[in-house]
Amino acid sequence: MAEQLATGSRRGLRPALPLLLPAYLWLTVAIFLPLSAMVFFSFMTDLPLAGKEWSFTLGNYAAFFSQSLYLTLLLASLRLGLEVTLWCVVIGYPAAYVLAKVLKGRSREAIFLLVILPFWSNGLVRIFSWAMVLREGGILDITLNAVLPFKINIDLMYSYPAVIIGLVHSYVPYMVLTCYLTLQAIDDSLIEAGRSLGASRLQMLKRVIIPLSMPGLIAGAALIFVPVVGSFMEPRILGGRTGTFYGTVIEDQFVAVFNWPLGAALSFILLAVVLVILALAAPVLRRAG
Amino acid sequence: MRMPRLTAFLTATAVFVSAFTFAAQAAEEVHVLNWKGYGADEPWAVANFEKATGYKVVNDFFNSEQEMLTKLRTNPGLYDVVMINAAFNDQAMAGKLIQPIDTSKLSNYADIAKDKAGSPMLNHDGKVYGVPWVWGLTALAINEKSFDKPPTSIAEMWDPAHKGRVIIRDDAVEAVQFGAIASGQNINDIKDMGAVKAKLTSLMPQIKTFWSSENDWNQMVASNQIDIGTYWSGSADRAKTHFKLPVSLVIPQEGAVAWLDAFSIPAGSKNVAGAEAFINYMIDPKFYVEWVTKVGAPVSANTKAVEALPEDAFNRKVMGSPEVAKRIQFQAPVTDEQREKYLALWQELKVNVK
Repeated sequence: MAEQLATGSRRGLRPALPLLLPAYLWLTVAIFLPLSAMVFFSFMTDLPLAGKEWSFTLGNYAAFFSQSLYLTLLLASLRLGLEVTLWCVVIGYPAAYVLAKVLKGRSREAIFLLVILPFWSNGLVRIFSWAMVLREGGILDITLNAVLPFKINIDLMYSYPAVIIGLVHSYVPYMVLTCYLTLQAIDDSLIEAGRSLGASRLQMLKRVIIPLSMPGLIAGAALIFVPVVGSFMEPRILGGRTGTFYGTVIEDQFVAVFNWPLGAALSFILLAVVLVILALAAPVLRRAG
Repeated sequence: MRMPRLTAFLTATAVFVSAFTFAAQAAEEVHVLNWKGYGADEPWAVANFEKATGYKVVNDFFNSEQEMLTKLRTNPGLYDVVMINAAFNDQAMAGKLIQPIDTSKLSNYADIAKDKAGSPMLNHDGKVYGVPWVWGLTALAINEKSFDKPPTSIAEMWDPAHKGRVIIRDDAVEAVQFGAIASGQNINDIKDMGAVKAKLTSLMPQIKTFWSSENDWNQMVASNQIDIGTYWSGSADRAKTHFKLPVSLVIPQEGAVAWLDAFSIPAGSKNVAGAEAFINYMIDPKFYVEWVTKVGAPVSANTKAVEALPEDAFNRKVMGSPEVAKRIQFQAPVTDEQREKYLALWQELKVNVK
C-alpha cells in the first residue's frame, strides 16, 4: 500500500514538473535572487560601487535598536496596518455577505464590478483623486456645504484619517473577494437548518456564518495587513507632515540618501516582525475558526 | 517544413539584431538628467537644439540630488549630460561619476562670471568638472492672496496667523540650513545645532505638508492651501510667469541660501561631443533670454546672458543688486557625516510630529 502510494506520487510529480517549472523558475529569478542580494546588502557597510571600500557588519541592524526613532515608526506602521485591516473588515465583510447570499444574477455582477473597479485604476491616480476630494475647498467640502444648512469646514487632506481613507479604499477589494469566496461556499441548507432550529440572526452570524467564513477573513486580513505596514506612497502623498511611517523611511534610505544597506536591513526587520505577528496570530485564529 | 521554419526564425533573429545595432549606431542621442521643468526639457529649447545640431535629446529627471547620484551610480554610461548643484560636484567627482570637461569646446564658456567659473567646488586639480549654468536662492515665496504687503522677515513663517498654511521642502540639508538662517548662523558652519533644532521644532506645527517638486508647490498655491513657504527663486519666477499663479519671491532680511547649478558630463558618456554641444547651448544668451521670457528662470552664470535681459528684470535688478549679494550665503559642499547628522535631526523632527 505504502509502496503503491509512493510510486503513485512519483508518477504524479514527474508529469507535473513541466507545469511547475515556469512558476518556480520565475520565483527563483524574480524573487529569490534579488531578495538574497538584498539580504547580502543588509550586512554590508557600503555598496561596492565605483570601487568603494566595504566590509561585513551588523551595524545596519544595530542602527534599528540604537535609535528609538525606528521602533516608534514601526509601531505607528503596525497600528496603521491594524486600523486599515479593521476598517476593511467592517466595510468589506457585509458587502461580501450581500454579494454571496442576498444578490443573484445581474445585480450581483453589477455590484461585483463596482467592487473590483478600483483594482483596474492606477494606484497613483486613485491617491491623487482622493487628494482632490479631501482637501479644503475640495469636492467633499463643497458638496457637504452645499447640502447642509450650517457651515462646516472639511479639510481631511494631509492628516492621519486621509491616509486611512486612501489605504482602505485601495485594499477593501481584497477583503470582499476573499470573504465572498468562503461565504459563497457555505451551504444554504446549513443556514436554513439553523433558522428552523430557532437561532436568531445574531446567533446564526456568530455560530455558523463567521466561523465558516473565517479562512476568508484571515486570508483577507493577511493580504491587507502585510502591504499596509510597509506602505509609503499613500502616507507620503495623503499624510503631509504626519505622513512619516516605517515604509517612507525605508524609501528614503533607498531613494533619498542612497543608504541601501540600512534600507535593506530595515526591510528585513519589518519582514521578520510581520512573520512573527502572523505566526503568533495563526494558532489563535485557527482555534477561533 | 522544418527548414523554412528555421530559416524564418533565423531571419527574424537577424532582423531583430540588426534593428538593435541600428538603434545603437543611431546613438546621436544626448541623454540629459535634470530636474523636471528646469530648462533642459523645454520643448522649444529641445527643438531648437535638435534643429541646430542634429542630435536628439532624451530627458530623464530626478526629484532630489541623492536620487540624481543614485541614477548616475546605477546606470553608468546611460547619461551624457547631468545637472549637478555645485555643492554636490565634489561628491560626484570623488565617486568617479563625472569626467573633466574640455572647456575649449564651449564657445560660451569665456562669458561665464569669473567667480562662478573659478569656483573651487567645480574645479579639481586644475580640471573643470562643472560648467556653471544658473544660480539662485532658496528663499521664501508667498501666496499673494494672503498678504496685503509682502513680509520682510523670515519670522513670518512662525506667525500663528499662518498656522497650517506653511510649506517647506522635505529635504534634511535644506531644512537645517533654513533653520540656521532663522537662528542667525552661517549655513556652512553651524555652531549651535540646538538652536536650529528648537527653531524647526517650533515650525513643525505651522506646516501643512512637505513639498518635493515645483509641481507640489504650485498646486498648493493654485488651490489656495498655503500662505508662505520656502521656495527656489527660479521656481517662483516660473510659477508667476509661466503658470500665472499669485506667487512672489521674498528675500528675507535675515538672508537666504544661494546655490549654483552646473552641468557636468558623466563618466562613460557615449556622446561627449553631443554633451558639449548641449551644455554650450544651455549657457547661450539666446536660450537664456527666451527661457526667462517664456517660462521664468534663475539667474544665468553667463554675464552676457544676464546683460541681455531688460534693465528692470527681476533677475538683473534684484538678484544682481549688491544689497542682496550681501545677504545671501552660498552653499558649500556638505560632508557625508554632516548629511547623516542633518537627516537624523530631520527624521526625528518629522517623527515627533505624530
